[in-house]
Amino acid sequence: MSLLRTERLTKHFGETRAVDGVDFSVNEGEFLSLVGTNGAGKTTLVNLISAFLLPDSGRILIGDRDITHASVDERIRAGIARSFQLVNLFDDLSVLDNAALAIFAREGKTKRVFSLAERDTAVTQEATELLGQFGLAAKAQGPAGGLAQGERKLLDVAVAYALRPRLLFLDEPTSGVSTRDKAQIMDTVSSVVRGGGVTAVVIEHDMDVVFKYSDRVVVMHEGRFLADGPPEAIRANADVAKYLLGTDV
Amino acid sequence: MSAPQAPSLVRRAAAAAAVLAALLVVPAVAGTYQTQLLTYGLTLAIAALGFNLLLGYSGLLSFGHSAFFGTGAYAVALMMRYLGVTSMELFILGGIACSAVLAALFGVVCVRHTRIFFAILTLALSQVLWTLAYKFFWITGGTDGLRVPFSKLTLLGGLVGFPGADAFAKFITSYYYYVLAAFCVCVALMWLIVHSPFGKTLQAIRDNETRARFLGVRIWRYRWLAFLVSGIFTGVAGSLWVPLNGLTTPDVLYWPQSGKIVFFAVLGGFRNFTGPMIGAVIFNYLEVYAVAVTEYWQITLGVILIVLVTFLPAGIVGSAARLAARFKRRREAAP
Amino acid sequence: MEIVVIQVLNSLFYAAVLFLIAAGLSLIFGVMGIVNMAHGSFYALGAYVTAWSVAAAASAIPPAALFIFLPLGAIAVAVIGLAIEPTLIRRFYRRPEEYQLLVTFGLLLVLEDVIRLVWGGTPRTASGLVDSLGLLQIGGLPYPVYNLAMIGVGIAAALGLWAFVYRTKFGVLLRATAQDRRMAAALGIDVGRIYSLAFGLGCFMAGLAGAIVVPSQAAVLGMGVEVIVLSFVVVVIGGLGSLEGALVGALIVSALRTITIQFWEEIELAALYLIAAIVLLILPTGLFGKKA
Repeated sequence: MSLLRTERLTKHFGETRAVDGVDFSVNEGEFLSLVGTNGAGKTTLVNLISAFLLPDSGRILIGDRDITHASVDERIRAGIARSFQLVNLFDDLSVLDNAALAIFAREGKTKRVFSLAERDTAVTQEATELLGQFGLAAKAQGPAGGLAQGERKLLDVAVAYALRPRLLFLDEPTSGVSTRDKAQIMDTVSSVVRGGGVTAVVIEHDMDVVFKYSDRVVVMHEGRFLADGPPEAIRANADVAKYLLGTDV
Repeated sequence: MSAPQAPSLVRRAAAAAAVLAALLVVPAVAGTYQTQLLTYGLTLAIAALGFNLLLGYSGLLSFGHSAFFGTGAYAVALMMRYLGVTSMELFILGGIACSAVLAALFGVVCVRHTRIFFAILTLALSQVLWTLAYKFFWITGGTDGLRVPFSKLTLLGGLVGFPGADAFAKFITSYYYYVLAAFCVCVALMWLIVHSPFGKTLQAIRDNETRARFLGVRIWRYRWLAFLVSGIFTGVAGSLWVPLNGLTTPDVLYWPQSGKIVFFAVLGGFRNFTGPMIGAVIFNYLEVYAVAVTEYWQITLGVILIVLVTFLPAGIVGSAARLAARFKRRREAAP
Repeated sequence: MEIVVIQVLNSLFYAAVLFLIAAGLSLIFGVMGIVNMAHGSFYALGAYVTAWSVAAAASAIPPAALFIFLPLGAIAVAVIGLAIEPTLIRRFYRRPEEYQLLVTFGLLLVLEDVIRLVWGGTPRTASGLVDSLGLLQIGGLPYPVYNLAMIGVGIAAALGLWAFVYRTKFGVLLRATAQDRRMAAALGIDVGRIYSLAFGLGCFMAGLAGAIVVPSQAAVLGMGVEVIVLSFVVVVIGGLGSLEGALVGALIVSALRTITIQFWEEIELAALYLIAAIVLLILPTGLFGKKA
């Protein structure tokens, strides 16, 4: 059974059908790329699944549980986490605190008042290890706002990953970053996520990145799925070439 | 804008101990008037401490904290007048209870919305309480207010009292140490709160509400809790203040009183722990000496506030910390 | 029965005043996204300037002509607003909300004391204007024509503002800038000028409200802050950023206020606050509000 599936999921913005009756299913352990031109509906789809937006019609299911109207924190508890296209971090807190906070939230410790956050060694240790996995250990004590763009992107992913989700949505984890850093970021993300056995859906524009790292590629166009399959099949797909790559196969 | 590295725990503890030592000897070296003045300063510092849990740590600007300060003050006055209570401990408990109820009820209204509405709603709340205080004059004494004479007050469960002709000096000294003890307790508690996971979560919500929400944090619940704690601390400040003042009037609920509390935090710098308290103490001295100089104290306050916000948003303590950090970096960089 | 009619008319009169204030506040918020904490002080300024100029000119000018000082008072306030926006407030649009609120709060402190400095503590009146329009008999009870005239002014202002925002070219520019500042700038719109004018217009409305009210109620110290609570209740109920909301909110709040004053005067403000709280719990952005 698929880990997540949507049934005829639809969202309009006025006249525009941003997501138009989409049946999407994600299988456990996949590393999936979601691609398409701007306005194809990728971010909207992720927003709908992560409860940033509510759908106009259709259903979203995790396993056999209907989460279409579940709140943000209910979906997180069901195992969904996400990062953001425009990096969303706690800029005035340290890098370590950013990671630690996600762990506190996961463990339900955020209401603890009569203990010092830094003294919680279990959390601090896990946060430090996590930062190590993402290559951010050296910057742990500095404020998150002081990181370079590539590092910020990594931290955003790390914070979402710290929630130990079953399904991780990454919204353009390499946007705004130089080509060399892109490879570095995707190497790190891909190895950590796969190593942790987490299913991932990555929204991505850079087709080289897509073809290199994904098990499966889903192409969206004008709110619908245009193609869905392993990278080689997508590369050979004529429709995809026409709409997305602007080339003839 | 990155915050300068916080000095180590040991150095901060040493600094705190030094300050405490200095505070302990004040009555011995400074005389009655100065001791009284500093006691006022300490009560205002507690009010600022409570206020800043919201502004500095939660990103919520309250323009109505006089509601809590005044509630704490009136709770004491009403308990003394109508219930015949004389014990300061009971007064403090009463202040805590009343502020807690007020904060709990109005927190539900105030924190559910945008930060701008929060500012509006808190201001309106304090105005409402102010009109109630002077309209229900048969209960609250109206504009004449209610007296809280120290001669009727007892500290430490009745152990210390102030009857007799020469009691004033004794009162000032004893009360100073009492308030100092309360101040230390408040500072320790608040320090713990802001460094706890709860405190970190508040700061996260302040920095990025969306991200916090997507970590599964229920935003408004935490804001409500912060509002509750903040209200209680400022209420305690009001309760401690009123025996010193001897009198509470509706002025203590009026909006300029809220403005002063805001000013303490901006003056000292609201992005750090000690800023607002230091701002409160400094302001206390400024007010006493400036009121003697100019009648138009409010214009001065307003202009200084505008200047601070425009040119020195980190406040005195924040700016000093940055200067120190820059100085340190330059020293370390020099061969 | 006549008393009810009179109360309704009083309520409409005060609703006109509240509408002007709330519409000004909403306009500034809608275009620039800031809440001017000193907005009530502009209202107070309008009242004081009008009262003072009426008193100063009363000996030289016939009473009917004194009405010119109502819009003049509003214009004076608008000019002050036009001077303040670029110098004091503009640099705060991109900074976090706290700083905007703090700087306008500082402005509030300054303006309230400036009023005290210039005009002192005695209340200022312009009741001659009310007298000059005479009384109308409503079922045997006398009622000032002035109030009716000002209700008319309120209606005219509502229509005028609506026409201005939705029917003129400047209104289009205003709405475009309100929706998307960067887009507007990219289209070549001088955003700074729009902001100044919007702020000036908002202050004009507040000043006009003060000018209208002062012949009927004396200008007193603290009137600026007192009206803040009421105007905030109006925008909470009606929705911040909405013109219709300001109108509907003003009517509701004024009606509620008239009723509570009738039956239990002391709790007027508390009752209004409670009602605002209840409205917020059910409709977080008010009746017509847009999300901030």
